[in-house]
Amino acid sequence: MNNDSLWTIFLNASLVNNFVLAYFLGICPFLGVSGKLSTATRMGAAVCFVMLVSSVCAYGIHNLLAAIDAPYLQLISYIVVIASTVQLVEMFIKKMSPALFRSLGIFLPLITTNCAILAVALFQTNKGYDLLQSIVFALGAGSGFTLALVLMAGIREKLELAAVPDMVQGTALTLMIAGILSLAFMGFAGVGA
Amino acid sequence: MAGSERSSGTAMSTDDFIRGLWRENPVFVQVLGMCPTLAVTNSATNALAMGLATTFVLVLSNTLVSALRNFIPRQVRIATFILIIATFVTVVEYLIQAISLELHRALGAFISLIVVNCLILGRAEAFASKHGVGRSVLDGLGMGLGFTFGLLCLGGVREFVGSGSLFGWSLLPAAYQPWIVMILPGGGFFTLGLWLLVFNHLKSRRAAAHCVVQEATR
Repeated sequence: MNNDSLWTIFLNASLVNNFVLAYFLGICPFLGVSGKLSTATRMGAAVCFVMLVSSVCAYGIHNLLAAIDAPYLQLISYIVVIASTVQLVEMFIKKMSPALFRSLGIFLPLITTNCAILAVALFQTNKGYDLLQSIVFALGAGSGFTLALVLMAGIREKLELAAVPDMVQGTALTLMIAGILSLAFMGFAGVGA
Repeated sequence: MAGSERSSGTAMSTDDFIRGLWRENPVFVQVLGMCPTLAVTNSATNALAMGLATTFVLVLSNTLVSALRNFIPRQVRIATFILIIATFVTVVEYLIQAISLELHRALGAFISLIVVNCLILGRAEAFASKHGVGRSVLDGLGMGLGFTFGLLCLGGVREFVGSGSLFGWSLLPAAYQPWIVMILPGGGFFTLGLWLLVFNHLKSRRAAAHCVVQEATR
């Protein structure tokens, strides 16, 4: 069991140990979809939703697997739940907003292989959070991911207008900025303690 | 048709192996599987272990996917691939736990997270599901070793600069003031950015040379 207060869990997951900038989780969408602010916001929302659903499911699965004494099935069942949630979100977005569906492109099905989501499920199991703590943890992680994505998108939109050497353009430049952002986020160390 | 498919399935070429090592290096050229690349490369030992574990999973999943490629229905192929990969990752997790508990603790949740390494799913979808077992194994081996090479490049630089040692042996004099920042998360981003810069430079030089040759022959 874990006695961390909900506020501490939220702050830790979103700022102090930001999933993208401190744990390097979800780097692929972070580099891939952070080109435009509007897409980044929606991608963040989609990831938040999938995290929340899979976190609740993972809590149930963990207890079930503990009851039937089969911990080696943990990873496999988590990934199946995540994959089906992503499928659900994909169908929902396709129906509600075809334009958004197109702009997210390949990154929508790839939410399945977004490490941040599986990591939420694994970390909450490792830390022994109860149901409410798990939900808050998922919300914190999701908002941290969205925050990093939005910050990055804002910076990259400005960079479009800046003159950078050809060689640095693209992923190399994005990684350097991510490094600086990550240093800035280290300033939050100790806030949630 | 069937004959040509069989020949493409069995004909092994060294290119399948070499391609992943350099020309289509997963880390530097394709920029795939970034999460483990950045997260565990704070020391060369961790980088090597992670690279080898990924290679193991990649080779085995490529083998199984390729062997089953005619039985898996197209609609559920991604889900099937993920399940196959998750199985092998569970195997490798227990394996590492059995070999070295210390390593298992150092890599932590990132062993389980090999499941969501885009590189493995990418190779299953792009190569193993279309080619024979032999070529898929070679492809998996090449890509896996290329990935390990990329991780070692990052881990080596970060450990050397960040703590003045390599594989745990200290190499620099005690007076050396280590750059702590290189071991911290920010350093991972910087190091990878710099390596990509080097590769971009090599690529643009090769492209320029290619242009000159074309001009001359014209």
